[in-house]
Amino acid sequence: MTAKTLTYESVLGALAAARPDVVVMTAENRIHIRGLEAWLGPRFIDVGIAEQTLVGAAAGLASRGRTVVVHGLAAFLVMRAFEFIRTDVGIAGLPVKLVGYAPGVLSDANGPTHQALEDVGLMRGIPGMQVVCPADDVEMGQALPAVLASRAPCYLRYNVEPAVVAHRRTFVLGEAEVLAEGDRVALLTYGFLLGEAMRARRALEARGISVHLVNMRTLAPIDEGAILDAARRTRAIVTVEDHFLRGGLYGVVAEVLARHRTACRLTGLGFDGRWFRPALLPDVLMNERLTGPQIAERIEAGLED
Amino acid sequence: MNETKVDLRARAQRVRGHVLRLAARGGCFVGASLSSTDLMVHLYSRVLRVTPETMADPARDVFLLSKGHDAPALYGTLVECGFLPEARLARHLSPSDSLYWHPNTAVPGVEFHSGSLGHLLSVGIGIALDARLRQSGSRVFVMLGDGELNEGSVWEACLVAAAHRLDNLVAIVDRNGFQANARTEDLIPLEPLGAKFEAFGWTCAGVDGHDFEALDAAFASLPARPGRPTAVVARTRRGRGVPRLENRAEGWFLRLTPEEAETMVAELDEAMTAEAARR
Repeated sequence: MTAKTLTYESVLGALAAARPDVVVMTAENRIHIRGLEAWLGPRFIDVGIAEQTLVGAAAGLASRGRTVVVHGLAAFLVMRAFEFIRTDVGIAGLPVKLVGYAPGVLSDANGPTHQALEDVGLMRGIPGMQVVCPADDVEMGQALPAVLASRAPCYLRYNVEPAVVAHRRTFVLGEAEVLAEGDRVALLTYGFLLGEAMRARRALEARGISVHLVNMRTLAPIDEGAILDAARRTRAIVTVEDHFLRGGLYGVVAEVLARHRTACRLTGLGFDGRWFRPALLPDVLMNERLTGPQIAERIEAGLED
Repeated sequence: MNETKVDLRARAQRVRGHVLRLAARGGCFVGASLSSTDLMVHLYSRVLRVTPETMADPARDVFLLSKGHDAPALYGTLVECGFLPEARLARHLSPSDSLYWHPNTAVPGVEFHSGSLGHLLSVGIGIALDARLRQSGSRVFVMLGDGELNEGSVWEACLVAAAHRLDNLVAIVDRNGFQANARTEDLIPLEPLGAKFEAFGWTCAGVDGHDFEALDAAFASLPARPGRPTAVVARTRRGRGVPRLENRAEGWFLRLTPEEAETMVAELDEAMTAEAARR
């Protein structure tokens, strides 16, 4: 089977079918898991549009030894139910896997109510919570077995956009993926914007600017070594993310550099304290200057400062 | 446990004594604890199929204290039922132990932590769903405060429990008529409360929460109706047992001197003797 034939649903369904302890839940967010009810029978539980009850019940199931995969719209799952996640799942450190649908720019035309641009910051603020941000459908499929194998709570930023890069076969929680080595500027990114970051790298390389490109993959635990290595190689890190800079990768990198007393230029491309103008995804990227060529322009301009 | 020979009144009085003495070790939520003491003593003595030896058995019944500030009554009940060594009560609020103002699973017998209101009915749904998947016959009892019913998450969970026909789930409301600072009916009126649970698809019964015989009857046959979760609205009195605390808004939280605590324990015993004489 090639990676292309695997869907999130088929990977999750196969993992759950092989493991009787796994329960799949949703707050009536089924678009990506429509077939699982028939596949898993009573181990598929839909609680309706009730994110608090969803998370509380998942914690109850997990307290009895189950691994629970929970689905909801990222903005509502993470924010409506935040205190349930923090209090019921986080304090007890239970293996509840929160899958947030349509995070970041993927909420495209829905508007700010649906824009999860603070989800990474909120989730990584919970002690022990893993934050996994796959770049595409292939990485999503590679991450799921690792996520389900862990006994820790986890937030998975759902993203099944088609892959634009051949990923390594093994996905390890807390390990970044270095996609290209370079020495002038380091591009650190995660999730959907990896494709744009790759296009930006190509554009910069064409102009003679050597780019070190890292797909962070997980934001908690964070691969400090990959960040410090990027700083050492380039002394100029640019983070690219569809998240608020505050609490996102930009903040994470700043924390890591400070903790290790490492001096490095740090530029954050993302959303600086504001929501984005709702539109269809290609227009959002263009309007927010997050297409590959625009990212390259912004970086090149910054290097001249 | 089904300890028919245990004198529940005497056991409940000992638990109240623990609550008052915990109030002399840094203070605790006395008023609410005294209202739910009889309910917890009855549940652990007569209803719950769980013992200290079966705490790891997936088929055990599960008790969840959603109104977490009643921790003193729970600690006292767990001591009197053999789950928690009495000596640990001397370490109430000490950083060397885990007996603080809200329950947590480091305390033997506690099934899930609480303190934030409106959480454990949802957690109870998860445990009840797990029991159904295992076909273990395990039942889940969640104690809620009446003030706690202000929380929307309680009613969200009520809808979900009914939709999933969780007849192994029982909610017990400690209906003492008060929340922290006010009478419930003066702030956010709850009545008709039984009708609300019924309208949400539950079966609901009202009971005198200080009458052990009435509680026996209320819990005698569960579920009250197959396919439906059961709610038991237990009418109780805040501060029950200590005449000067009973049914008063004051006394929700008390920090006592050891002398004050012993005086109240003596009043408790007097009141109990007088009540027994009236019966």
